[in-house]
Amino acid sequence: MSSKYETVIGLEVHTELKTKTKIFCGCTTEFGGDQNTHVCPVCLGLPGAMPVLNKKVVEYAIKVGLALNCDILQFNKFDRKNYYYPDLPKNYQTSQYDLPICLNGYLDIEVDGQTKRIGITRIHMEEDAGKLVHSGNTISDSNSSNVDYNRTGVPLLEIVSEPDLRSGAEAKAYVEKLRSILQYLEVSDGRMEEGSLRCDANVSVRLRGATEFGTRTETKNVNSLTGIQKAIEYEALRQAQLIEDGGTVCQETRTWDDAQGITLAMRKKDSEDDYRYFPEPDLVPIVITEEEINDARANLPELPDAKIARFISEYGLSTADSTILTASRKTADYLDAAVKAGADAKTVSNWMLGDLSKMINENGLTFGESKVSPENLASMIALIDKGTISGKIAKKVIVSMWESGKDADTIVKEEGLVQITDTGAIEEIVKQVIANNPQPVADFKGGNGKAIGFLVGQVMKESKGRANPGMVNELLQKFLND
Amino acid sequence: MKISQDEIKKIAFLSRLEVKENNMANIEKELSDILTYVAELNELDLDGVEPMAHAVPLHNVFREDEEKPSLAHDLALSNAPEAEDGYFKVPRVVQE
Repeated sequence: MSSKYETVIGLEVHTELKTKTKIFCGCTTEFGGDQNTHVCPVCLGLPGAMPVLNKKVVEYAIKVGLALNCDILQFNKFDRKNYYYPDLPKNYQTSQYDLPICLNGYLDIEVDGQTKRIGITRIHMEEDAGKLVHSGNTISDSNSSNVDYNRTGVPLLEIVSEPDLRSGAEAKAYVEKLRSILQYLEVSDGRMEEGSLRCDANVSVRLRGATEFGTRTETKNVNSLTGIQKAIEYEALRQAQLIEDGGTVCQETRTWDDAQGITLAMRKKDSEDDYRYFPEPDLVPIVITEEEINDARANLPELPDAKIARFISEYGLSTADSTILTASRKTADYLDAAVKAGADAKTVSNWMLGDLSKMINENGLTFGESKVSPENLASMIALIDKGTISGKIAKKVIVSMWESGKDADTIVKEEGLVQITDTGAIEEIVKQVIANNPQPVADFKGGNGKAIGFLVGQVMKESKGRANPGMVNELLQKFLND
Repeated sequence: MKISQDEIKKIAFLSRLEVKENNMANIEKELSDILTYVAELNELDLDGVEPMAHAVPLHNVFREDEEKPSLAHDLALSNAPEAEDGYFKVPRVVQE
């Protein structure tokens, strides 16, 4: 986009909470059951059914609020948000309006090495809606829709940011960081592809330097991190071009079409949506004591920023490596566990970012599911340190460990991979290699120092990688210079 | 307290209620009377009084996060005007 315009973005992130049951009834929140089998009179909105709030939802909301530096409203309540759409069997969504559980927080994000503080306007608790399956090819040529209410009543937190974001990249970084915190708190699995984390982007553009906001659009249906960035960049460009062409941006709801990489108009927002909120008479207010807030604060886990700082100061890792290794709590826990088992943090981090990451990614797993346990990695590193195996052999050992689940000791013994440190044995091979390669030997003696690399390689090959490389080098030098 | 016919139409639309044109004058008078009656409350001095969040002086009614049996599938659908493949079937949702 031309630098003439500045993009202004506010995000609404909805996250499903990992409770066992729904927010107002005892139906399971489990994903993927047969349609309309996780429903009861409460979540179907049958007359006379009364909701009762799941205590865990409040606990989780407090945790998230504190982790995002919010004020916890010690008196908060639910309200009804009225609108007609068949994904809500009651014709209203039970949500929070003027007294949400959290207000006025912030989240620090890193973009291009710069830290930027993004305001969090509010966080409120609400219920998720059901899912519509349309009979036609598209929503507009359907004659009817089928509704599955299994998801209705799954607890959600809506986290609303201030319009502080200025680019698609910042928005992506914000959601990434937010997702990481939610996962650290173990309140949400944050899977965007499964819809447990959803993002609506309010986007407007204005001339650089202007103080008034432009007219904004709301883009829904963005369900990946890269999608967020692309949808915002597309939308900002569309609006800027529209203005350049003499048009005006229309306040409307748009939907992101990931396959085409464009946003499409969904519906106009006539004025402000008229949801006619009013206090929910079926639920009583929530009162949270100072003590409960302090307890929750004291029990927060170490969050990503604190972990990064610790990895740098305590483990001597680089900022870049620490950031990668703390992006998920499982990954950070893996490193901590390997260090606790006695390995050097820097060495562990090298293996994690190298060979281990490769195997984990190839298998579509996470560090929490690694087939090489942190303890086994630590004991393999110990074998390298003791000189039992070389670093090169270790690369084979870790693959065998992954495939067999056995520890490094067992594999090294079973596969005969113990490093050859016996001078006599290495001398034999060195002599043989010198005899078999007269040309490189002559090159080396003629002053081409690089030729020794080839000879080292040959010795390693002959020893099936087991010869101690330092000793090979030393012995070759000795015989060639004789 | 007078309510305009435009406001009545808007409220009727939001509530998905049909108001016949020949009934409009009547509804306008009735709603205006009700509003006038309720508007008496505006005469009270409510400085320093917090808005009431709930009529019952209770708070913190919670349930534990424990699973309870859901409805049997056929029972869940038994009140549906129409059902299809285990779903609730509803008329098309998008209007042009």
